[in-house]
Amino acid sequence: MNLNVQNLGFAHGNAPTLEGVSATFEAGKFSVILGPNGAGKSTLLACLAGLRKPSSGTAKLGDEDITAMPAPTRAKRIGLLPQGAETHWAITSEALVALGRIPHARGAGASADDRRAIAAAMSATATDGFAQRPITQLSGGERARVLLARVLAGEPEWILADEPLANLDPGYQLDILDLLLQQARGGKGVVAVLHDLHHAVRFADHVVLLHQGFVFAQGAVDDVVTARNLATVYGIDALLSKDEEGATQLLIKGKMRS
Amino acid sequence: MTWRFMTGVLLLLTLAAFLLSLMAGKVWIWPMSWAADNANGWIFLELRLPRALLGLCIGAVLGLSGAVLQGYLRNPLADPTVLGVSASAALGGVLAIFLGINLVPFGLFGCAMIGAGASILLLLAIGRGGGPIGFILGGMVLSTLAGALTAFVISIAPNPFAASEIINWLMGALTDRLMEDVLTALPFMAIGALLLLTTGRALDALTLGENGAKSLGVDLFRLQWLIVLGVGLSVGASVAVSGVVGFVGLIVPHVIRSFYGEQPSRILVPSALGGAILTLTADSLVRLIPAPGEMRLGIAMAVLGAPFFLLLLLRYRKGAA
Repeated sequence: MNLNVQNLGFAHGNAPTLEGVSATFEAGKFSVILGPNGAGKSTLLACLAGLRKPSSGTAKLGDEDITAMPAPTRAKRIGLLPQGAETHWAITSEALVALGRIPHARGAGASADDRRAIAAAMSATATDGFAQRPITQLSGGERARVLLARVLAGEPEWILADEPLANLDPGYQLDILDLLLQQARGGKGVVAVLHDLHHAVRFADHVVLLHQGFVFAQGAVDDVVTARNLATVYGIDALLSKDEEGATQLLIKGKMRS
Repeated sequence: MTWRFMTGVLLLLTLAAFLLSLMAGKVWIWPMSWAADNANGWIFLELRLPRALLGLCIGAVLGLSGAVLQGYLRNPLADPTVLGVSASAALGGVLAIFLGINLVPFGLFGCAMIGAGASILLLLAIGRGGGPIGFILGGMVLSTLAGALTAFVISIAPNPFAASEIINWLMGALTDRLMEDVLTALPFMAIGALLLLTTGRALDALTLGENGAKSLGVDLFRLQWLIVLGVGLSVGASVAVSGVVGFVGLIVPHVIRSFYGEQPSRILVPSALGGAILTLTADSLVRLIPAPGEMRLGIAMAVLGAPFFLLLLLRYRKGAA
């Protein structure tokens, strides 16, 4: 099962536009959408999540049109961690994670399935230690894990994350990336919008590089994140090398001189 | 303490406040004379019973509407007046008094409901496709417009007596309402309240913001419809039958949250009960406080509620620090 967009165009309101975007995301891989501000990364993710309707082209889960799927069915299969880590009301971590079960809800109260999924999500993200603490009392890193646990609790086949590392310290960023990678290795489809190129080269299996609403390049991370592509798309002078363990390391030296 | 236990306690308190409202007044009427064939029996049946029923229903829909709107807007300052439904219904009622339509049976109620209905249609047109912010700005504009028109009608009232009648009605009271008034308003309030009670899960989802809620499969457009219709019908009918009673919808959800936690769906039913308790108690006090004539319910509510709310805020601040 893959998530794919064909010749997708988007032009509505103030959102960045997309034009002729075709891309395929495979389950079991950690896919990353890269591109400078305004390139259309979040718009593409919103189309994949079914939150925005493409103006042209298609967004499909396997061969099902995502925009044509009934919202609860779509919500069960595609989970989204939205941008901004928005939370209102001082509810407990556990109550927040339980919101992830809304697409599965039947009648009032939590079913045995709900309780099992919530417990599993909280234990996977190591958030069970503060299940009863209000989310307003958590640190940024703890809150980010609770929000991710909320997505996992819905047991979606796909996990889409829009800038999941924003405002997190490096250690917490790595926690979230490790958790996402672990989900991908466990067979789920993971698509994340990231800003940090260092993380992208370390964690991504597959990269879609957007530039001004077009796909500039896509494929395996080493083929897409090249000094040349970064120079064109981001206007930066970057040095890429392999370290002694064979992992790619990225050093940004500065802006390109024109 | 569990939700069920606390809600059971609230239910008992509601019953107690309802019984108090049936008994309290210049003449205390004890349960044994409720069915009596004398003046007390008549007072009970014709005055106290409709008044207590009205207090129960109005308080409940105001508390519930406040809880739903605060949840929807994710803003603890929202109350049932933000949508402009109260102001529009009030304008309808004021016009009815001004034009003398209130002398026709159900004339005032009908005009106020037409006002509420017009605001519902306008809100749905404004809200089309927009998020809560555009929707609420529309409601506030509507509220301001209806308020201005109401003031205009008062200013052109033909004589001081008419102006004072309008102002008195606007201040909100449960006095001298007939059983027919109650029975006319009841279906609107009941339907509105039922619509509002179905919003709990969607309001919970909005804890994650609009995109979070949508990604959980929540239809925000449908939610907006439910809220406009629910608040429009129930608050519209409550204004139509008793004028504008403020404070309940703003304060009650806060008090309830301090006991129940902040999850929107958990406070809907308790806020309805809390609203009923506050309104019934305030309306009983209005009858007991010696005053020339009778203190208006809206005023009593503020006098009773404001200090209590301040106390609660202070306690909350201490807890948070």
